[in-house]
Amino acid sequence: MNPGFHRHQSTGAVVATFSAGEADLIRSLSRQLIELLHNEQAVLETDPDPLEALLDFSGPTSAPDDPVLARLFPNAYRDDDQAAGDFRRFTEGALRDSKSRAAADVIDVLEEAGLGESPENGVFIDVELDEATAMTWMKSFNDMRLAIGTRLDVAEGDEEFWAALPDDDQRAHVHDIYTYLAYLQETLVEALSDGWAVDAAEGN
Amino acid sequence: MGIRHNVAVSASPTELEDLALGEGLQLSSAWVTIVWNDPINLMSYVTFVFQQYFGYPKAKAEKLMWEVHNDGRSVVSSGTREAMERDVQAMHEYGLWATLQKADG
Repeated sequence: MNPGFHRHQSTGAVVATFSAGEADLIRSLSRQLIELLHNEQAVLETDPDPLEALLDFSGPTSAPDDPVLARLFPNAYRDDDQAAGDFRRFTEGALRDSKSRAAADVIDVLEEAGLGESPENGVFIDVELDEATAMTWMKSFNDMRLAIGTRLDVAEGDEEFWAALPDDDQRAHVHDIYTYLAYLQETLVEALSDGWAVDAAEGN
Repeated sequence: MGIRHNVAVSASPTELEDLALGEGLQLSSAWVTIVWNDPINLMSYVTFVFQQYFGYPKAKAEKLMWEVHNDGRSVVSSGTREAMERDVQAMHEYGLWATLQKADG
């Protein structure tokens, strides 16, 4: 199994090595995430206030129908639809953009590291991430896991269910990818936390 | 809300009381941000986010993470409504399931 991310001992960068196939999988998931984020822009409700309409605070006000998008952009108020709608209108667009940009950054890094359009066997992709980019990857892996996990309808303590699925069940394959991403994200969290340990030791 | 706050600062205690009673003035810490449990987010990641975003020490971040995990929810910050909206937006950016509400709600 891929050992995931770790801190480079001398440069302090967060590094990992992927086979071309793995890198291609991550790119493909990133592309799907970007596509999803641009889907189903919620329909704007007609605004009764002409002044506000002129100012064009054009964000959606109701939760997305797709459960994946609803999980990525949850209601901020549980018992106040009006406040939840206002919050969504002012935040969802920016959130969609930042998540989409993060996934695009992941693709850019992989391609700059040598991932071609058709990945070749035997080629390895070394990625070297600075602190900010490692944070971006960590968040984006989390978004991908939220998307896949919500689609699969994962629940706590359901490992046996997934392990018992026959190999020809597509969900077993998707769940393997979900687990793989969890592992990569876990190593990213560890690598980034290592950075804090170093800072603390140096008294920063 | 900012303007009301400025009025309150320059007012005498009696006037403050009148304001509080008369207009239902919110205390500045009357809102809270709640993070809810979900089966997808990694425990290590949730702890990391609480440390990274709120600047909490690891022990406090872990305590809050366990509350989310075991109790289904945890109050992770409190303050003005505006501050809590910022916190909730940040939690959504990290992919955590967060809401805000009045402290005693």
